[in-house]
Amino acid sequence: MGLYILRRVYQALIVFFVVTGIVFSILHISGDPLALLMPPDAPPTEVEAMRRTLGLDQPLVVQYGLFLRNAVQGNLGVSYHHGQPALKLVLERLPASLELVITTIMISLVLAVPIGVLAASRRGKLVDRVSLLGSLVGISAPPFWIGIAFILVFSVELQWLPSSGRGTWAHLVLPATSLALYRLALFIRLIRAGMLDIMTMDFIRTARSKGVSEKKVIYKHALKNTLIPFVTIAGMQMGSLLAGAIVTEKVFAWPGMGRLFLEAIGVMDFPVIIAWALVTATIFLTLNLVVDVIYVWLDPRIRHEK
Amino acid sequence: MRVETAPRIVGKDFSGEPYSPPKARFLSFEYIPAERQLLHAFLSNKLVVGALTLLLLLVLIAFFAEWVSPVDPLEQTLRARLKPPIWQERGVSPYYLGTDRLGRDVLSNIIYGLRISLMVGLFSVGISLLIGLALGLTAGYARGFWETVIMRAVDVQLSLPLIMIALCFMVIFGQGLWKMIVVLAIAGWAEYARTVRGTVLSIREKEYVEAAHALGFGPGTIMVKYLLINAITPVLVLSAVQVPRVIMYEATLSFLGLGVPVTTPSIGLAIARGYQVLFSGSWWASIFPGLALMLLVACINIVADWLRDALEPRSREQV
Repeated sequence: MGLYILRRVYQALIVFFVVTGIVFSILHISGDPLALLMPPDAPPTEVEAMRRTLGLDQPLVVQYGLFLRNAVQGNLGVSYHHGQPALKLVLERLPASLELVITTIMISLVLAVPIGVLAASRRGKLVDRVSLLGSLVGISAPPFWIGIAFILVFSVELQWLPSSGRGTWAHLVLPATSLALYRLALFIRLIRAGMLDIMTMDFIRTARSKGVSEKKVIYKHALKNTLIPFVTIAGMQMGSLLAGAIVTEKVFAWPGMGRLFLEAIGVMDFPVIIAWALVTATIFLTLNLVVDVIYVWLDPRIRHEK
Repeated sequence: MRVETAPRIVGKDFSGEPYSPPKARFLSFEYIPAERQLLHAFLSNKLVVGALTLLLLLVLIAFFAEWVSPVDPLEQTLRARLKPPIWQERGVSPYYLGTDRLGRDVLSNIIYGLRISLMVGLFSVGISLLIGLALGLTAGYARGFWETVIMRAVDVQLSLPLIMIALCFMVIFGQGLWKMIVVLAIAGWAEYARTVRGTVLSIREKEYVEAAHALGFGPGTIMVKYLLINAITPVLVLSAVQVPRVIMYEATLSFLGLGVPVTTPSIGLAIARGYQVLFSGSWWASIFPGLALMLLVACINIVADWLRDALEPRSREQV
C-alpha cells in the first residue's frame, strides 16, 4: 500500500508540473507582461531595466525555471490590480469558497443516500420514477440558471432569503442548494445504480439465506459496499466543484476565489489568474490523492495485499 | 451493431417479491434480430419517443432559424425594451417571450442560441472523437512507447477538472465561437482515447484478429476493419453522453463572458444579460433561455441514456 501511495503522489506531481506549464503559458501567450506593468509613456531604458530585473530578457526555459522556483516558494507575483501578493489574495478568498463547496457536498450527500436507496428498493415504483425524473431535471439544468430562478422565487418574490453576499447561514442557503442540485441528481443516480448492482451479488443472497433481516441486508451489506466506490466520486466532485462554483459565486456575489478569478480576468490581472489556477489544481489533486488512498484503505481486498 | 440477448439473472427485489424485469428490454430467449429488438425497445418507451421527437423538432427549429424566428435576434429595438411576454398586459407582438434590456427579442435569441448550442456540441464532440479515436487506436494497437505517452497524457487530462482546463485555455486564446469549439474538443478527447484503447486491448488478441494477421493483412486494414468497427458502439454511447455536457459547458463559459463574443446569440449570454435585469422584475429575459437550454439538454440526456442501455447491455444499470 505504501508503494501505491508513493506512485499516486508521483503521478499527482507530474500533473501539477503540466499545470504549471499551462499556467506559465497564460502569462506569455497573452502578450508582453511589461505592457501591463509599466505606464504606456515609460521611457524605453526604464522598460528594459524592468525587463532585466524581472528576468524577462532570459530565454523562455530559464524564465520557466524561475517561475517554478518562485512558485515553490509561494511567490506567484504581485497582483497588478490590488498591489498585493497574488497567492495571498487567493488564499484569503479560499475559506468562502470552501464553505460553499463543503455545504453543497453535504446537502447532496445527506439527501442522495436515502433517496437513492429508496429508489433502488422500490424499483419501477412511483418513488423510483419520480426520483429518476427529478434527477434528470437536476442533471439537465444549468446550475447558474437554477441560481437565478431561486433568486427570483425566494429573494425577489417571497423575500425569504438574501440574494447576495456572505455572512449568516441564510446567505448560504440559496447558493449551496442551487449548486447542490446537479450533484444531488448525479449522486442519486449513482447510488441507485450501485445498489441495484450490489443487490444481485452472491453475498447478498448468502446474507438473506442466513436469515438476516431485509433492513440489515440493505443498510449494512448493500449500502456499505455501494458507498465504497462512491467515496471516490464524491471526492472528485468536491474538487471539480471548486472550479465549477465560479458561476454560482458570480450569480450570488459570493466573495470566493471564483469571483476573484473573474474580476482578475476582467482587468487582465495575470498573477491572480495564475494563483487561482494553481491553488485550484493543487486542492483538486490533493483531494483526489486523499480519496484514492481512502478508497484503497476501505477495500480490504487491496488493503491486505502484500 | 451487436445487441446481446444474454439472460439476466432474475434476482429478488428488495421487497422480497421476485423481481420481474420490465418489458421490452430484450430479455427474451427466443431469437429476434438485433435491429428489431432495438426498434421494439425504442417504440415501447414513451419517454424516449417523446424526447427524440422533441429533440428533432428543436434541431429543425435551430437549423431553419432564419425562417422560424420572428425577428433578427441581434436587432435592437429601443422602443421595445424590456417588454414582457405576449400574454402579459404590456406584451406586444411579435415579441412572444418578451425582450431584453436593449430591445432584442428573447424568443429569436433562444432559436438562434439553440443553433449555437447544437453546433458547439456536435462539432466539439466530433473533433474530440476524431482525436481520441486516432490516439486510442494507436495506443491500443501499437503498444509500447506511444501507448505510454498517450495514456500518460490521458491521465494528466482526466485528473484535472474539465471546466478548469477550458477556463484556462479561454483566458489564453480569448473569446470566439470556433476557439471555444476547439478548446472544448481538446478538453474532451481523453475519455475517447481511454475508451477506444480499452476496446482495442480487449479484442486485439481475439482469434479473428490473429487470423487476419496470419492472412497477411496490414496494420491499417486490421485497425480499420476489425478494431475500429468494434470501437464504434462504445464511442457512439460516449458521444451521446458528451454532447449535452459540452452544450452545458458552452453555456457556462458564455455566461461567464469567456465563451462566444457578445455579438453571438448564445443562450449562455442571453441568460447573463437577463440576469442583469433580474431585480427590476424582468424575469423573462433569463428564465426562458434557461428553460429552453434545459429542455434541449434533457431531451439529449434521455436519448443518450436509452442508447447506452440498448447498445451496452452490460452497463445497463449504470449511470
